[in-house]
Amino acid sequence: MPDEDASNEKHDRENRLVFGQSTRRTFLSRLGMAGLLTSAGPVTTAFAQRSVKEPLPSPISKDAVPVTLTVNGKKHDLRIDPRTTLLDCLREHLHLTGSKKGCDHGQCGACTVHINGRRVNSCLCFAAMHEGEEITTLEGIGQPENLHPVQAAFVACDAYQCGYCTSGQIMSAVALLKEPCGPEDADVKELMSGNICRCGAYPNIVAAIQSVRQNAKTQKAG
Amino acid sequence: MKTFTLTRAGDSAQAIATAAKASTAQQGAEIRFIGGGTTLIDLMKLNVEQPKTVIDINRLPLDKIESLPDGGLTIGAVVRNSDLAYHPLVRKNYAVLSEAILSGASAQLRNMATTAGNLLQRTRCMYFRATDMPCNKREPGSGCAAITGVNRSLAILGTSEHCIATNPSDMNVAMAALEATIHVRGAKGERSIPIADFHLLPGNTPQRETVLEPGDLITHVTLPPPPPGSRSLYLKLRDRASYEFALASAAVVITVADAKIARARIALGGVGTKPWRSTEAEGELTGQPATQAVFQKAADAALRGAKPESENGFKVELAKRCLVHALKLATQPA
Repeated sequence: MPDEDASNEKHDRENRLVFGQSTRRTFLSRLGMAGLLTSAGPVTTAFAQRSVKEPLPSPISKDAVPVTLTVNGKKHDLRIDPRTTLLDCLREHLHLTGSKKGCDHGQCGACTVHINGRRVNSCLCFAAMHEGEEITTLEGIGQPENLHPVQAAFVACDAYQCGYCTSGQIMSAVALLKEPCGPEDADVKELMSGNICRCGAYPNIVAAIQSVRQNAKTQKAG
Repeated sequence: MKTFTLTRAGDSAQAIATAAKASTAQQGAEIRFIGGGTTLIDLMKLNVEQPKTVIDINRLPLDKIESLPDGGLTIGAVVRNSDLAYHPLVRKNYAVLSEAILSGASAQLRNMATTAGNLLQRTRCMYFRATDMPCNKREPGSGCAAITGVNRSLAILGTSEHCIATNPSDMNVAMAALEATIHVRGAKGERSIPIADFHLLPGNTPQRETVLEPGDLITHVTLPPPPPGSRSLYLKLRDRASYEFALASAAVVITVADAKIARARIALGGVGTKPWRSTEAEGELTGQPATQAVFQKAADAALRGAKPESENGFKVELAKRCLVHALKLATQPA
């Protein structure tokens, strides 16, 4: 898949963190490989022997279906097992790892994306059901050099600790701006209750969202 | 998750013809319609539901909310919960429905979940969701682990010795109080089912949750016009302030005229094996003044048949207080 490589490269560039020339992702995968080599010699040998004798079955199911998904304005022609959730499709097939897998049962909100501008839990969608719809992920709403106002407000208000739920929180908050939501903090809390933060950054998350709403109101009035 | 074939329904007739080949209807069947998927995909991941064929009905033209000539409302099967709850006519004429939907799930789930799917929402009983435990609903004849197990959240009304699973839907409770009608198209044509007759008590067959037959497709739901001068509301009590299932809830549609209750429709949630309409409570209210004593009598009548288990006895009093408070709120001067 040609756009897979391009997307990988772009992803690496955008998420470059602190490990020299590595990204967090490549650093962790190297660490994992090193651990395997030092501690599991006999296992790797057995694995190698097995792969010579009987090739592993293809990971692509015989029931795979062709699907064209439009993600962040870009079309992707894919062939996927119908069991593939939109979340797994985004992460594993398109390598858009901004959407996170938390509970995988629609309870935590870490996987929140937009379909046709509305927020949904991508872990409870079969990807093959969403052909022709506009799917937007965290990668589609802002870039490091050009943050969405909600992203900028999360930075300004310190609206995260570990960061795992943050992309879901941001996607939810961006959608909330266009939903019927009362003016109070309590109204925001109610409409954000589908996004769980185990670190408990809730007060700052609410402050970030309220600051964006306040700015929008001021700009409108001005 | 077990493998399945995913097809998209081109039209209702095709979807019905395919689903009619199943041996049972919808819930737990080998051929399943999928709308929002918020219950079905969750249960497929747990291997509680293992359909071989899944038919996507989201592109069928069943997504409209329209007013009816008699002043009622028609709601398409795949109308999303959020669209229904925020619709101006629903907010104006059926506040209880809007409030019930908005008290349930999360904004994301309400954007996905459909009207028909919510009618078929399955229980949250943890033994039903755990395939290594006995459950007569999931595996008929295997026994009920809940009756002697962790049953704090489970039902006290409409239970049987085979199942005490709660119907988890808030929308259904409001629909019961509004006397909604469910319209179904099936292999033998079309029919209309009052919501009171739609869900079944568990009895000896807890695996059968509704009167739907193989092939039956819910096309839409209709609501009668709101009674003149009536008020309605939904009150939900739960362990968390948001994003939690009801321990007890009350849907009230009530008309007070000349200091007397002229008409009342009452349904309870979180306590029944089906959305629990209480004609007993309605009988105690009709023709009486809107006083605390009358509300209390209605609540006592509604819970008279309650059969609590080891951990859910508190629900009897909680449901009574919930109904009394809901009636107080619905009848106090605006």
